[in-house]
Amino acid sequence: MEILNEMEESVSPDPGFLTKTEPVAIKRRIARHLGHLDALESEAIHIMREVAAECANPALLFSGGKDSIVLLRLAEKAFRPGRFPFPLLHIDTGHNFPEVIEFRDRRVKQLGERLIVRSMEDSIRQGRVVLRSENQSRNPFQSVTLLDAIAEFRFDACIGGARRDEEKARAKERIFSFRDEFGQWDPKNQRPELWDIYNTRVHPGENIRVFPISNWTELDVWEYIAREELEVPHIYFAHTRDVIRRGTGLLPLSHLVQPLEGEKVENLMVRFRTVGDMSCTCPVESSAVSVVEIIAETAITRITERGATRMDDQTSDASMERRKKEGYF
Amino acid sequence: MSAIDSISFDHTELLRFITAGSVDDGKSTLIGRLLHDSKSIFEDQLSAITHTSRRRGMESVDLSLLTDGLQAEREQGITIDVAYRYFATPKRKFIIADTPGHEQYTRNMVTGASTANLAIILIDARKGLLTQSRRHAYLASLVGIPHLVVAVNKMDLVSYSRDVFERICKDFSTFAKGLKLNNIAYIPMSALNGDMVVERGDKLDWYEGMTLMDLLESVPIDHDINLEDFRFPVQWVCRPQTEELPDFRGYMGRIESGFISVGDAVKILPSGLTSRIKEIVTYDGVVDDAVAPQSVTLTIEDHVDISRGDMLVKPVEVPVVANEFDAMLCWLSEQSLDPRRKYLIKHTTRTVKALVSRIDYRVDINTLNHEAADTLKMNDIGRVSLKVHQPLAWDPYQRNHATGSFIVIDEVNNNTVAAGMICPVKD
Repeated sequence: MEILNEMEESVSPDPGFLTKTEPVAIKRRIARHLGHLDALESEAIHIMREVAAECANPALLFSGGKDSIVLLRLAEKAFRPGRFPFPLLHIDTGHNFPEVIEFRDRRVKQLGERLIVRSMEDSIRQGRVVLRSENQSRNPFQSVTLLDAIAEFRFDACIGGARRDEEKARAKERIFSFRDEFGQWDPKNQRPELWDIYNTRVHPGENIRVFPISNWTELDVWEYIAREELEVPHIYFAHTRDVIRRGTGLLPLSHLVQPLEGEKVENLMVRFRTVGDMSCTCPVESSAVSVVEIIAETAITRITERGATRMDDQTSDASMERRKKEGYF
Repeated sequence: MSAIDSISFDHTELLRFITAGSVDDGKSTLIGRLLHDSKSIFEDQLSAITHTSRRRGMESVDLSLLTDGLQAEREQGITIDVAYRYFATPKRKFIIADTPGHEQYTRNMVTGASTANLAIILIDARKGLLTQSRRHAYLASLVGIPHLVVAVNKMDLVSYSRDVFERICKDFSTFAKGLKLNNIAYIPMSALNGDMVVERGDKLDWYEGMTLMDLLESVPIDHDINLEDFRFPVQWVCRPQTEELPDFRGYMGRIESGFISVGDAVKILPSGLTSRIKEIVTYDGVVDDAVAPQSVTLTIEDHVDISRGDMLVKPVEVPVVANEFDAMLCWLSEQSLDPRRKYLIKHTTRTVKALVSRIDYRVDINTLNHEAADTLKMNDIGRVSLKVHQPLAWDPYQRNHATGSFIVIDEVNNNTVAAGMICPVKD
């Protein structure tokens, strides 16, 4: 906590800014000023409480990834000592890392909250999702299962962990992002979002996606994980793994990803920056085995999170925009 | 690990700013320059725009491409709406609300400005103070942005002339006298060449003030929040009703302004009942006091009926409680204001039905003249009188942004149709 000298005069940057000299009593209070993580945390708590109070039937999307881990802590901060006023929802691609699913279930049990899992396998079995091949990335098709779950439970709001620093289309998305009855996002027709007054009103059948950590960066997320001492699945930390070099990235060897002709399997020290679909989530070479070391790496990293780790986003510059329009998270 | 030593987690302040200006003023280039020179551009982003610049036949990397947005925008060569961008230096973390120009300007700038600590108004040194610069300055004063930077850009195209810069500063400050704008800084720069953005360059030796980045890193923002008047709109009432906590009744919300301590007397509005703060509860334990903008849970000594939409204040510093007030409205919707219709107003955590009982005037934002009006169209700004069906606890916007602002919602299509700022009571 910064202590301001009572006798200190405020320094006015030159030229032009005039700073009032405030009475000592007010200065003392100002000296308690909050850091950026406190400001972001308070904003996110405020957003979650607005959803709880104004939406009839919300859900919180929890995948076991770091962003949704942060969301859970924020929900605890927003609603304890009460229970969460919404269930947790996981859209299971069936291509998850087993460690992440194990972590997901353990965390939910600790919290004592309700988890709903809806699986893409079911959507595939019902013929709602048709894949070209079994090993194909399932990320683009999560929308179908998500929209089905929204319809099944009549959710009018889904709280998600998307951040605006992730991607160009996200940078233009509102915190309360309105979707029509087909789950579609229309970037040209968004509700203006002023101050911290959120318009949560929807007609039956429509819903909103709410992103309480819109204003957080990847670094903020890791700093918060460190500050709150949050547990994350251990594949976020550096470990040795069999990987295949493909394009500009590394792909983890698994039953879904096997070397093509001319590719060889290497055993490298890697960590994951995101934990999505196993068939397209790329690890990065790293020696960071603790949160603090991840923060150090993130602070000096030179490649965006999605650029480094998502094969499917590289397909086209506009792929996220297109997926969002189709109802993606 | 030396990298860790340079990271300070918690004590970095957050500064939100908006950039006002059209593409022609070099706004995208300026943002690109800030990101580039502060080493906030990632390699993959840089290689993507380098590739695009080359494909378009440019010699150097066009930094304005960094803020190039969606497919829909690229196809039509337009910019949609507000985009948010993030960068950090060891001193501060920054959020830029990047708002496009063009005819939608008022709507976009008001939206971006509503959360900003600072606005950068870009002026093309060759063109001087234009109508749009006046418009930007007026909007900044209307929304009450605490700090203003007038960035006189493209100094390279006027031979870095001190006379040109000083003339523009003089013109702007003459105009600004009529507005409530106190904290104005003037910086000559060339975003294209990087002079006075992050680096000083060697062409503007006659200018002794700060670079834009120095200023962004040091402008004092502690004063931007009202710390005088305690305002706590109740968002959610927490009643666990568990075996351990059968009678717990916590009022959850965010302290929008001011400061509260355990034992303080509080008044509940609009009922006017009073009580005392028993506990300030947070997930990390109970605390003795809390300050804006913290989100906390409050319990009080007495059993008083309190629900969402009520506001806790200190009895010595009360807001106005009334169901009629005047406000400046910025109309945001393609459907014009219809004074015969009822609208919804969302003010803090309370939503009420409202009627526009009179339109005092519309502001011509180019001349600042007041003109008679019987409606407000998209991008219009006007002063109106409003009646609401339940009393609201409010402060004038210029005293307290959180309790002086509201949005207007069209009940039929649920769209946000206007932004409102409550005026002080007339003498």
